[in-house]
Amino acid sequence: MKEKKGFLDFLSDNKFIQTVISILLGFLVGAIFLAVLGVSVGEAYGKLIDSVTSLKGFSNVVVYAVPYILTGLSVAFSFKTGVFNIGAEGQYVVGSMAAAVTGILMPDLPKGVLIPLCFLAAMLAGAVWGGIVATLKVKWGINEVLSMIMFNWIAYYLSNFIAGLPAIHNDGSAEATKNISENASMLFPKEFSKAAGITNTANWGIFVAIAIMLIVWFVIEKTTLGYNLKAVGSNKFAAEYGGINVNRSILTALAISGALAGLAGALQLMGMGKRISIFSSQEGFGFAGIVVALIGCSNPFGVFIAGLFYGALMFGGSKLNLVGAPTQLISVIVGTVVFFISISVVFRHLKRLKKAPARDAQTGRKELASR
Amino acid sequence: MTDFVNSLGIILFATLVYMTPLLYAGLGSCFSEVSGVVNIGIEGMMTAGAFTGTVVAYFVGNPWIGFLCGGLAGAFFGMLHAIATVRIGADQTIAGTAINMLGPGIVIMIAKVMFNSTDTPSLKPGVQTIPKLFAGVFDTSTVFGRFMDNVFATYASTYLVFAVALLVWFVFYKTRFGLRLRACGEHPQACETLGINVIATRFICVCLSGFLSGLGGACVTMTISTQFRPISIVGQGFIAIAAVIFGKFRPHGTLLGCLLFGFCSGLKVVLGSNSGVDMQLISMIPYVVTVIVLILFVGKSRVPAANGKPYIKAK
Repeated sequence: MKEKKGFLDFLSDNKFIQTVISILLGFLVGAIFLAVLGVSVGEAYGKLIDSVTSLKGFSNVVVYAVPYILTGLSVAFSFKTGVFNIGAEGQYVVGSMAAAVTGILMPDLPKGVLIPLCFLAAMLAGAVWGGIVATLKVKWGINEVLSMIMFNWIAYYLSNFIAGLPAIHNDGSAEATKNISENASMLFPKEFSKAAGITNTANWGIFVAIAIMLIVWFVIEKTTLGYNLKAVGSNKFAAEYGGINVNRSILTALAISGALAGLAGALQLMGMGKRISIFSSQEGFGFAGIVVALIGCSNPFGVFIAGLFYGALMFGGSKLNLVGAPTQLISVIVGTVVFFISISVVFRHLKRLKKAPARDAQTGRKELASR
Repeated sequence: MTDFVNSLGIILFATLVYMTPLLYAGLGSCFSEVSGVVNIGIEGMMTAGAFTGTVVAYFVGNPWIGFLCGGLAGAFFGMLHAIATVRIGADQTIAGTAINMLGPGIVIMIAKVMFNSTDTPSLKPGVQTIPKLFAGVFDTSTVFGRFMDNVFATYASTYLVFAVALLVWFVFYKTRFGLRLRACGEHPQACETLGINVIATRFICVCLSGFLSGLGGACVTMTISTQFRPISIVGQGFIAIAAVIFGKFRPHGTLLGCLLFGFCSGLKVVLGSNSGVDMQLISMIPYVVTVIVLILFVGKSRVPAANGKPYIKAK
């Protein structure tokens, strides 16, 4: 007999629906907070929606989203392979600095050479940063979460150090690097952006993000490499027994994940940043990547959508001040969304409980009696 | 010689100031991790504690009531984490990430509405902040006196944290609860068959981790710095987690980890003002030293066997 699919089955099997419900709940909790704090909910959410739905607003959202999509893909890739890349933050920072150094020191290379070169430098830097952590883990058994936290800060100070070097530091009063060469810029031509009515930071980054998304999907789902990495991610011991070199697999996974986070840094710099400020606190692109990967269920396409969503919240959130609503509303909403996504496993447990009713003494006795 | 003693005094002072919040949070993290629950939300719990402690002390006027309320605010977020991970069986990393966004988000939002600024007003030093013990006891006109003053005339919260560390060690290794919580992190199923309530044990441990993290957060804003700002807690929670892994998930190991980290940060303060080396490079010292010490002396840290795995009670 075919079992009728109930509402609970529908909820427990459908991650997309769970995510959508979580997002709605996130906005609901945000609204409650606004109401309690005496800020007009309608005005705040109205501003949020207004600022991201106009053509210009949406183009801003896309620009904002690009680095989040990439760090999201980086973290999602690491999740698939059983490592938690909390080090995306540091990999992002070194990637972005590598791209900046390349873009500043080689200003005269033609666009067609300089842009790929910057990408390459960023990905290499990120891969090395991820690779160091993996080596520490593989060779000396050092917990990767610990060393990633350390390397996030080492990257942070390294970037500040490089930004202060005479060849790199801004000639003016700005506490930042020089601007990267025009030839490393990925901006659309000014006239085009103006004519099309989109933001003047509109750039080619989103197309790179789409390409990378497809490549990541392909590597994970369609190649032997992806298969091996996933096997190690789901069961290290079984994978080893099956003849997969687990250590090399961890190294490869973290290097690739690092390269993706590094590329995120390059895209942010070459798309809208132009230069890197001397940090006073961690910028959080890597940490945001964790959130984006979680909202996107670690699926490359999901991550893409989640990155756009996150970009929309970030851009919309930056406009909240205009109506007197605190921008931290965004953290509250996103935090709530992630919280509900985490507890959405409750549906699966509920279903399991319903399917297999508790066999307590009472039912056991009844069963015996009916025999 | 005089310079050396002076510098050493300053280094040790900075060591103690820096390690205190880390140790509170690290001890908290021990409870949670050893009972089998990954708590990456320490950072968020510290932020909540820092804000609440400062605001309560500001309005009530008593630092200790503020300090306690800071702990309770941390415990509230600890409870959220416990409900998600222990009661419902949520993924612990995801829930912790959520706490890290919710904690700062909520308190900064409240700050904005209360004070029309993301910073709280400053506490009155000495009245609303955590007092220094033995202040003025030592004669600071002599080199030795100055050294003693730097090292021992320090905040009461620092003395307290050593007592708490001792207490946590005692609970872990000398009490029934400690044995149970360690067992829950290794093999929850076996615990359940012995009649240990795994869910309750873990729930308590995660709440405790929130409480101690909250206290740690409150230390940051109620001692040297006297106000809460969004950048008050920048990564201390993660460093505390690192110290716990460094200390192989043991309270006394965590103490060592925090001391090492605090000492390197103290070194940073002195070297930064005396040597010609770039400040940014000097700032890397604590992190680089941690990695080197790990490679040379500590090596593999064994994670509790059931750490990170949701425990679903069998029906």
